Amino acid sequence: MDGKNILVIDDEQLIIDSVEKIVSLEDITVDYALTAETALEKMKTGNYNLILTDIMMPEMDGFQLLEKMRLTKIDIPVIMTTGYSTGENAIRALHDGALAFIPKPFDIDELISIVKRGIKFSELQNSIKDDQSDTIAYVPCPSAYYRLGYTSWIRFDGEGIVAIGITDCFLNTITKIKEIEFLHSDLKVFQGTPYAKFIDENELPNPVLSPLSGTIIKQNEQLKTNIPLVEKDPYFDGWIYKVLPDDLDNELKKLTPCSSDRL
Amino acid sequence: MLKKIGFKLALIVSLTTIIIIGIYAYISIQSQREVLLEEVHRHVDQLSETIKMSIHDDMMANNRGQIQNIINIIGEEDCFKQVRLLNKEGTITYSNSPNDIGRMVDKKAEACYKCHAEDKPLEKLPIKERTRIYKLHPDSARVMGIINPIANERSCWESGCHVHDSDQTVLGVLDLTVCLKQVDTEIKKSEIKLLLFSLIAIAAIGIIIGIFIRRWVDKPVKELLKATNNVAVGNWNYKIDTKSKDELGTLSNSFNNMTQKLTEMKLQLVQSDKLASLGKLAAGVAHEINNPLTGVLTYSSYLLKRSKGNPEFEADLKVIVRETKRSREIVKGLLDFARQSAPQKNRASINDIVENSITVVSNALSLNKIKLIKDFEKELPLITVDASQIQQTFTNLIVNAIDAIGKSGGELRIETKQISLSAYGVKQIKNAVCPNGHSLMDPDHKIDGSASLKVKIKYNSNEGYLHMDPVYGRQAHHYGIPLLKNKPVELSCPECNISLKAKNKNCPECGTTVYQIEIPGKGFIEGCLKYGGTWQKWEYADSEGEVRYIQIKFKDTGEGIHEDNLSKIFDPFYSTKGQKGTGLGLSVIWGIIDKHNGFISVDSKIGEGTEFTIRLPLDSKIR
Repeated sequence: MDGKNILVIDDEQLIIDSVEKIVSLEDITVDYALTAETALEKMKTGNYNLILTDIMMPEMDGFQLLEKMRLTKIDIPVIMTTGYSTGENAIRALHDGALAFIPKPFDIDELISIVKRGIKFSELQNSIKDDQSDTIAYVPCPSAYYRLGYTSWIRFDGEGIVAIGITDCFLNTITKIKEIEFLHSDLKVFQGTPYAKFIDENELPNPVLSPLSGTIIKQNEQLKTNIPLVEKDPYFDGWIYKVLPDDLDNELKKLTPCSSDRL
Repeated sequence: MLKKIGFKLALIVSLTTIIIIGIYAYISIQSQREVLLEEVHRHVDQLSETIKMSIHDDMMANNRGQIQNIINIIGEEDCFKQVRLLNKEGTITYSNSPNDIGRMVDKKAEACYKCHAEDKPLEKLPIKERTRIYKLHPDSARVMGIINPIANERSCWESGCHVHDSDQTVLGVLDLTVCLKQVDTEIKKSEIKLLLFSLIAIAAIGIIIGIFIRRWVDKPVKELLKATNNVAVGNWNYKIDTKSKDELGTLSNSFNNMTQKLTEMKLQLVQSDKLASLGKLAAGVAHEINNPLTGVLTYSSYLLKRSKGNPEFEADLKVIVRETKRSREIVKGLLDFARQSAPQKNRASINDIVENSITVVSNALSLNKIKLIKDFEKELPLITVDASQIQQTFTNLIVNAIDAIGKSGGELRIETKQISLSAYGVKQIKNAVCPNGHSLMDPDHKIDGSASLKVKIKYNSNEGYLHMDPVYGRQAHHYGIPLLKNKPVELSCPECNISLKAKNKNCPECGTTVYQIEIPGKGFIEGCLKYGGTWQKWEYADSEGEVRYIQIKFKDTGEGIHEDNLSKIFDPFYSTKGQKGTGLGLSVIWGIIDKHNGFISVDSKIGEGTEFTIRLPLDSKIR
């Protein structure tokens, strides 16, 4: 095994076959498990870079699997997917520690981009472990911030306005950004649904899910002409939207305070 | 029978009548009898006086033969039973029956007793006291006896014949006995007459009361009973047919109203039940369908990637990928429908969306020999919509048209154009409050698919709810209580009861009072309070001027929809396709168009076809 090895967990063989067919294009090998239980067994012995798991499965479901992995200290990055692709499921997956969420059905580009990001994340993780030097692999978000999974953050800008942006961790998992597609419907964003898509050099779409719901008051106009700004300064000048939140109190419960990342 | 309210009422009324008429008859007969006897009294007294006068001269002349003669003549009259003259010792000196003459009458006898009860006889008695009514024989008719005392006077003691003493007051009495046969017959006759009249009156009253109780009480009560029984066994559509305006008529109307409301509530309950299970269903369906869709999408996009440079395959695969992605959006739409989330809007060309929809169903169109006429306005401005949802809407409408036309072939005309409409009859109220700020919107009671305004309505002593049409000017209100045309009603907030009547304002059409309801941020809507009044004004909406819409029409030559069903077709789970349809199609469409701030309406004639009109606002504001 050359290290680019992913474990696909789904109770439907069709999904496993589809994933295998597609990721093999990128020279990634696939192992699979039809249940979460067998997957846990396999994790003990196998050396996987990434796990792609379905959420709705008989017996143990994806969330339970994630919890089991946390308890047994298996820190392989997890991508979750489900046919019941609601914002709630996406948020729960990211909150519970999954690296990313991809709704079914997905097409080839969506799958390849998310798997590549997962592999990249795994590599970064390993390099931190291996490298005992002071190389900074990723910068944790500022302590007053809250984050949704590893991809997006919010910051309180006063007067009830909240800024939304992406983390450097997310930036590190993708190649150079070629284009930013701002996704919103009628100036609204919804927690758990994509708010922007970052098209990278390989033309792969990398959607990020919104950390909260609300009305967009401002969009970072600078990013339209100066895309590298988001890569250079993701936590300050590289913000994406300024939003008036709909239900901050409840939605904040699903976010992780960045202060908790600093031990 | 005995427990029936009608019978009880008739019985009590009849009994009352019998008692009242009975008492009346009794009193009437009594007084008649008294009056008649009084009359007879007077008559007999006069007679006895007359006899006394006529024998006076003969007495003076002591003409005994003549006196006897007169008495005999009088006594010959059939009805004069006894004409007797008694002297003061009680000896009968003259009588019409010769055997009596010379007989002594005991002073204690009934005829004399009144005066001779005391030791010294009374000299004067009122006429009544001098009269007695008795029977000569137990079987004979009643008779009346009257004693007329013959008083002493100067000529009696001065005449030379057989001189009476001057100190005597009464010299003797005239005893006259008259039969009462005629009077008794008269009384009997009138008794019978009264009795007959009473019986007829009682019978007539009984019959009349019976008939009206039957008509006014029995029948409506029976009808109500029948209706409740019908509703009890589940026949919710049972209606009481009544034109009556009385309490029972109102009760019947209220009953009809109640069953209708209950039916609606039941339907809503069923629907919310269905919607709740729809959520579960959507989750299941999404999961089940998204897995195979993943297979289709990954494989097809995989193939597409590998067929670069092979334009023939590429084009076909692109269709598969595009339509699979559309299926993905449909499933997402199903989830969204269950969770009511907002559409993802982008600038798009309506004509392109219609073309895409047609491409999807072009096979079905040609299979069913349907001639498609496209009447598109070129240069239509772009519109902000969720293209995927709108395409789903159009596809569904075309599929419906194909189903309606059937195998025999027909015509489907699709028309797009830009129009401008004024607010009246189009603009919808999405929020309304009472003067105290309570929201009046009632999403549970929809009119033509939109949440209505719920207010309390009062007319006379009747109180209920009025659901007002949210479309400005359309006025298809739902009234919760029966009303009379052209009568003004009172409206108030269902929460705080504050009146919604506008102060110092009258309807410019009929002068009736008007209501005024605040539309937050958008002024007030006003309207005539008269039931049946048509005046309504919303200045804010009027001031907006005309609004630009893109109008899309789908007109088929299919079988058409029955008038009764037209209002229901946008309700969830209403389906004419039986097992074939889910009944979700049109309600999903309605929801999509509504979320785009648009309107969808339907017009149909049996045998001629159906026309769906969609209007999407060009300058949509954020919702």
